[in-house]
Amino acid sequence: MAEKLEKLEQSLDRKLTVAEMYANRPRKWLLYTLIVLILVVLVTWSGSSIHFEGLTVTGREVARGVISGVTHPDLKLMFGTGETDVPYLLLQTMAIAVLGTLFGAILAIPFAFLASTNIMPKPVAYLFRVVILMIRTIPSLVWALMWIRVTGPGAACGVITQSVCSIGMISKMYITAIEDLDTHILESLDAMGCTAFQKIRYGVIPQLTASFISATIYRFDINLKDATTLGIVGAGGIGASLVQCLNSRRWAMVGSFVWGLMVLVLIIEFISTRVRRKLAHGE
Amino acid sequence: MENENTAPLKLTWFDRIFKPQVITLPNGHSTVRRRSRAPLILLLLLIAVWLSLQMTGFDLSLIVRKFNKLLDLFVKLFHPKWEFFGKVVGPLVDTIKMSVLGTVIGCLVALPVAVLSSTNICRSRIIVGVFRFILALIRTLPTLVIALVCALVFGLGTFAGTLAIAIFTFGIVAKMLYESIETIDMGPFEAMEALGANKFQAFWSACVPQILPVYLSHSLYCFEMNVRASAILGYVGAGGLGITINERIGWRDYNGLGMVLLSLFVVVVAIEFFSEYLRKKLS
Repeated sequence: MAEKLEKLEQSLDRKLTVAEMYANRPRKWLLYTLIVLILVVLVTWSGSSIHFEGLTVTGREVARGVISGVTHPDLKLMFGTGETDVPYLLLQTMAIAVLGTLFGAILAIPFAFLASTNIMPKPVAYLFRVVILMIRTIPSLVWALMWIRVTGPGAACGVITQSVCSIGMISKMYITAIEDLDTHILESLDAMGCTAFQKIRYGVIPQLTASFISATIYRFDINLKDATTLGIVGAGGIGASLVQCLNSRRWAMVGSFVWGLMVLVLIIEFISTRVRRKLAHGE
Repeated sequence: MENENTAPLKLTWFDRIFKPQVITLPNGHSTVRRRSRAPLILLLLLIAVWLSLQMTGFDLSLIVRKFNKLLDLFVKLFHPKWEFFGKVVGPLVDTIKMSVLGTVIGCLVALPVAVLSSTNICRSRIIVGVFRFILALIRTLPTLVIALVCALVFGLGTFAGTLAIAIFTFGIVAKMLYESIETIDMGPFEAMEALGANKFQAFWSACVPQILPVYLSHSLYCFEMNVRASAILGYVGAGGLGITINERIGWRDYNGLGMVLLSLFVVVVAIEFFSEYLRKKLS
């Protein structure tokens, strides 16, 4: 739109007056009406098969139970040190996320380089992009369900699941970083007579580390949230106990698990946001 | 030049223990370089990894031992059972409907809340703080847990899934939106107020045109995520594709599972492609 106004100014060879600018203001009403129309059609289409059938017989009791559980958590469970208590399960959840993210980040490096169009020939790059897209499309829970068939239930299964799932998103972010590489630096290193190894050490790695670490930390954030649900299918972490308590209606225990989970995720999110801001803007 | 060289470095506790290196330049100036933090960070990371390995009992030989089983699974996944497609369509359409309706509801609710939790529009720090805290809490809850509670309260089916997606969308879109609102140009808003418009009029014609494209783009992005996320909600009984996936894995019918995942992949890619196109148009 701004270009259009500039062109008009050039053709008239003078600045436009405010009134003229207003007369040439961007008109997006057609786009917006179209969007609203599409939305209305979509909502009526999808609303047709989703019915509100009221609360279940026990619905009211469940709702009340959840609220009472959150307001009166089981304190013994919350601060205990046994293997079924909240702190241990939270640590285990974190351990799964740490290992899963680390392995995922390492596995993602070859994928990212193979899928970057400025390094690999286009057909190879696009092939690897499809593979990455496939990894990303399959929900993590489905990955977990498949891995459990291979490795059996337990925290180890959670680690493998997260290592594989993380590849998808991490390598997508790595690719962006690799494709943004400033090649002029490599050219000047070349002119100085550097070897290939020196070019990588002083030309490539310093450009990539910050964005790679930032992407990894971001994924750690997501993996931690994901790890809390992996337990539902038996892949370790806090999820299994939380769902068991929900299904057997032990609300006080549900409350303490939910509180533990919230506090952990909030703390990690806070730290990761600060570290990433530092990586992006320097000290 | 002189000032730059002699400007004192901000010393942190780390620099007090490991004194910065002093480099004297050929022209007589001296400058200090901080010691690298990399060894410390690496050490901490190693400790974290070691602890995580202990806690999860992860063992790489597990994959090597079970490699045949894994290969068998993947071979079957890549030979989808085509005739199973008829049974996939219904749940797949349900999943899409759930995510459409959930996204629309979540985004509509998110708009006013995002406005109320952005510091440049809402002057009351208490309101901003309260809304942000609530949003942060909602974002920490895993979607599956929300879906499970919804399924317990409202009965099994698509309604519980839709509600879970709406809550999840609300948390994310509101957060992304208030972050964008805080970066908009408040100049027009002040100008309108100076001209005698009331707060609502000023907001409507100065801020809404700036916010709207961002809002739509965030909503589309969230919709992309929701299609993927809602595919697994069926696992806890909230309707959609998850039920089919769980059933296929339970029966070890990996060819059928391959078909389910393939159709999910096609739908997700199509939606992602479409939404990326729209988002490019909006910006």
